[in-house]
Amino acid sequence: MQNLGSLAVAYIAVWGVFCGYLFTVSRRLARLEGELRRLKGAGK
Amino acid sequence: MQDAEGSAPPVRAAISLGAIVAIAVLLAAASYAALVVAPTERTMGLIQRIFYFHVPSAWTGFIAFFFVAFASVAFLRTRRPKWDRLAVSSAEVGVACFTIVLITGPIWAHPVWGIWWTWDWRLTSTLVLWLLYISYLILRMMVDDPERRAVVAAVFGIFASLDVPLVYFSIWFFRTQHPQPVIGDGGHLDSRMAWVLMLCWAAVLAVMAVLIRVRVRLEALRAEVDALRMRGSGTSR
Repeated sequence: MQNLGSLAVAYIAVWGVFCGYLFTVSRRLARLEGELRRLKGAGK
Repeated sequence: MQDAEGSAPPVRAAISLGAIVAIAVLLAAASYAALVVAPTERTMGLIQRIFYFHVPSAWTGFIAFFFVAFASVAFLRTRRPKWDRLAVSSAEVGVACFTIVLITGPIWAHPVWGIWWTWDWRLTSTLVLWLLYISYLILRMMVDDPERRAVVAAVFGIFASLDVPLVYFSIWFFRTQHPQPVIGDGGHLDSRMAWVLMLCWAAVLAVMAVLIRVRVRLEALRAEVDALRMRGSGTSR
């Protein structure tokens, strides 16, 4: 079971990068959708 | 599921829940196959299992950077914003893939080579490639005018893509610490290992497709917000 810790860190990094990136894109999307609703509301 | 104002959550608006679940299951299955199903490599032992995500992440990153170059050329020819959106989305996803490559590589190298990093051709050109696309993303933040930003980014995107073949072929052209290819002309890979490698690559490709799709939606939304802001500032004068 040598290097099990390093292997775990590598796999956590893989999942972490993909999930972290999706999370940041999702947050940016939510912010923009809020902004869009606000601008459309202000335009009415 | 919808929020209080009746619209779907942001990522769900770009991709269906079924697709998200399917890709999560595929990624979990690929991880299980890489960690449990694939045979343990004789000389490197457990740490070699990093291979199943290190290599597919690099291949997928190359594809993403190819999309950047293709979309940049298409934008310069047609000036249609959809190509610029694809270029920036692919660049970000490519950077994410190569971030994985640059994290998992040293973790794998340390127990096998006895060092975390060496400035050989493959490793250095990979780091330069990652830095070039980080620069591409920073460059986009520095130009305010959307038309000018798209043109400058397209030219830089094409320039940055010139490093892709250098990274890919560096192990053939130069003596490097990095191993030679284990599939194709360069070597032999156990059939079960090859099968797991392809499954992992399919999973990473599916993740790339989702991320690019969601990221393109973000750019489209940003363009819509910018247009409304411009219209608002125009009517308020």
